[in-house]
Amino acid sequence: MADTEKWKAINKSRDKRPKLQEYKNWKELSPIPISLPIDGSIGITGDWRTFRPIINEGCNKCGICWMYCPEAVISKKEDGSFEINYLYCKGCGICAKECPTKNIEMKREDDLKND
Amino acid sequence: MIKSKQKDFIQKKETKIIKGNEAAAFAAKSARVQVISAYPITPQTTVVEKLSEFVDNGLMPGTQYILVESEHSVMACVIGASIAGTRTFTATSGQGIFYMHEMLHWAAGTRLPIVVAIASRGPAPPWNIWADFTDVTSQRDTGWMMSFCSAHQEIFDDILMSYKICEDSDVLLPKFVAYGGFVLSHTSKPVIIEDQDAVDAYLPPLPDEKGWPHIFIDPDRPMMHGNLIMPSGFYAEFRLKIHDAMIKAKSKITSAAREFDRVFGRNYGNGLIQEYKMDDADVGVVIYGDLALQMEEAVNQVREEGYKVGMVKLRYFRPFPTEDIVNASKKVKILGVIDRATAFGSQTGGPISGEVKSALHNIKGAPEILPIIAGLGGREVSLEQQKEQLKILIKINESGELPKDLIHGTLWHGKLEVK
Amino acid sequence: MVSLKEVMEDKIACKEHFLPGNSCCAGCGLEIALRWAMKALGPKTALVTPACCLNVVIGLWPRTAPDFPFINMAFAAGAAAGTGFDAAFKAKAARFPNQGWDEMTTLVFAGDGGTSDIGIQGLSGAAERNTNIIYCCYDNEAYMNTGVQRSSSTPHGAKTTTTIYGEKRYKKNVPAILRAHEIPYVATCSISEPLDIYEKFKKAKSIKGCKYIQILAPCPPGWGIQSEDAIEVARLAVKTGVWILYEYEKGILKLSKKSKPLLDPSKRLPLIEYLSMQKRFAHISEKEIIELQERIDFDWKKIDSEVKCIVEQPKII
Repeated sequence: MADTEKWKAINKSRDKRPKLQEYKNWKELSPIPISLPIDGSIGITGDWRTFRPIINEGCNKCGICWMYCPEAVISKKEDGSFEINYLYCKGCGICAKECPTKNIEMKREDDLKND
Repeated sequence: MIKSKQKDFIQKKETKIIKGNEAAAFAAKSARVQVISAYPITPQTTVVEKLSEFVDNGLMPGTQYILVESEHSVMACVIGASIAGTRTFTATSGQGIFYMHEMLHWAAGTRLPIVVAIASRGPAPPWNIWADFTDVTSQRDTGWMMSFCSAHQEIFDDILMSYKICEDSDVLLPKFVAYGGFVLSHTSKPVIIEDQDAVDAYLPPLPDEKGWPHIFIDPDRPMMHGNLIMPSGFYAEFRLKIHDAMIKAKSKITSAAREFDRVFGRNYGNGLIQEYKMDDADVGVVIYGDLALQMEEAVNQVREEGYKVGMVKLRYFRPFPTEDIVNASKKVKILGVIDRATAFGSQTGGPISGEVKSALHNIKGAPEILPIIAGLGGREVSLEQQKEQLKILIKINESGELPKDLIHGTLWHGKLEVK
Repeated sequence: MVSLKEVMEDKIACKEHFLPGNSCCAGCGLEIALRWAMKALGPKTALVTPACCLNVVIGLWPRTAPDFPFINMAFAAGAAAGTGFDAAFKAKAARFPNQGWDEMTTLVFAGDGGTSDIGIQGLSGAAERNTNIIYCCYDNEAYMNTGVQRSSSTPHGAKTTTTIYGEKRYKKNVPAILRAHEIPYVATCSISEPLDIYEKFKKAKSIKGCKYIQILAPCPPGWGIQSEDAIEVARLAVKTGVWILYEYEKGILKLSKKSKPLLDPSKRLPLIEYLSMQKRFAHISEKEIIELQERIDFDWKKIDSEVKCIVEQPKII
């Protein structure tokens, strides 16, 4: 039995609505296609990488890599240092290129055994 | 600038002698529309002029009136405003509809309850600014509902009914309210402007701060509309929903008309069609627009000569009232369908006559159909000519003889010939 | 000028509004531009975008990347739809005062094709009406979404699929067109200066009326550069004087920090440093480089005279 009221869940507030809408058939669909924001909207874009950026210990926490990262996968930790979300990092290399102290290295994914 | 004498002027029921365009403007005002986007084009211009007068004189407090730079932007602006959760209105004609054609698909695809008044005019080239419904009928497949008005009062009434139908949560489709350019837009008749409180009670309330149920702008409930769907995704199914909504709108149209009759005392048949003396008729016509009003008189006069004729006034083209047309048509043996529009290369050359033929396909007891095209480009169709059209149909019924001057199976009535 | 440290400590500015894992190319200039525009504008922003890369990088239904109200729109309809939003917010503010509808920002985010070609009519109309929107054009100098076809924003000598021997004409100066409309604020930015983007958007947000910001946003596949060079090439565009950063406010033109010293032609880097990084200029001839340089010198002389003309505009209605 089609649940034709299911789509109305998009009306709920951010924390109460489902992250992803699932419909079985045309009767259940919302009147128009509405998309809801979610990380990884196209998938695990970390798979795109050929090279992985690694922040070395010499990092002076200037934040320039955070500023330039197009994908916003570099975030600041409690202690002021920066970490990269490898689930979505596309390996563009901008952080390594722009790092003023040259403390980000682009390492070939194939050569890295550990994730 | 004339200042409104009363700051809190509330419309009370009154009869005013006004033009068809002004009736449309009064209806938009009574419906308390919130955003109007305007661009001038003959013969609709006085709709937006009148609305500008209302807004500048403080008679539509809170309403935003925007003069944009083209009809494409008119529709884009109205779409944007509707998405953000407001009741919207605009007016256009002929070339203006064609220019906004791309956005018409967008509005229907976004299921926005926009109502647009159309003072119909013939397509260019060559330039023609007079009554011809090709501008509206050629938008047949966009997903917009469309109705034709025959009288000045009907323009006012139909716009009010339109908001009731369009904003219904099972419908949510945009709509055209079309009437003949100059014939209705620029002539004056007494029109009853209804009491504002009565209109407020009839219409659904304006959208609240949350906006429409299916699309809204709200930073606390962020959503995005319009991104890509692959062929393997639900694209086809979303399109099916538009068709489904429009078919289901037929019952909403009927109930809106019935409710209108109950509240305001004016009857528009079942909303989709109005039958006139069809029950005992041998011969009938399907007709729409202002010509339908005059055809009533033609029917009366031909009946006085002893012939049993009747007519069906078609109010809605989209959704097409298939069942009602079928039921009414089975009453007669010969049915003329009179188009004031063209559909080049189709089986009959006229948009409505082709649809009537399709509706009657395989129906037991269906009449023979004579497609007729008359009044293109605002050409006058006199009462005598309409009586002649009825007589032609009567002759077919009596002798089985089709008129000799059919062109590709259609009677292009009232052709100009210079002797 | 705001510092990076200040921005990182600001609660709203450090939030990410464009979620990662979207389908932007690696090193996409558009993504950096949008990221910093949204940091400045905050969550009470409604974005409308006509057909461009942005319509496609935000994913397939039912998932999307932007964490704020976002509406796709037809190609020529960007500015007009933005006008509609603005009108609706005003109408809602009239009906529901104290709900913050008058604080909503309408942002139109369009590519160069949807701005300088098919969208110019709508943009001119919105500017003339002084509609309260921020119109941002992210300029990647071609129709990138459909596969790198030439637009009126394509620079002289650049190779595209429809100008295979190099674009013959010069880049259309859209910010100058908007300055001629005498709107309250016109600015140019580059993705190499994110804090400059941040400040300009913050200023635009505080002004009522039509604001236009054009951001140079290199496209790695379209320009023929490595993804890691996207920032460097945008920086060189500024340093060679090809792209001038400025603000135009109330009729007064002010060069931005990175462009101001370049009034002195000797301070501008040689053009070849910028061109040689990009495959789209691989076959540019000596003659075309000279023509391009002449054009840059001309543009700077004009800017110089405008900067010197300090006459404040009469009040804009």
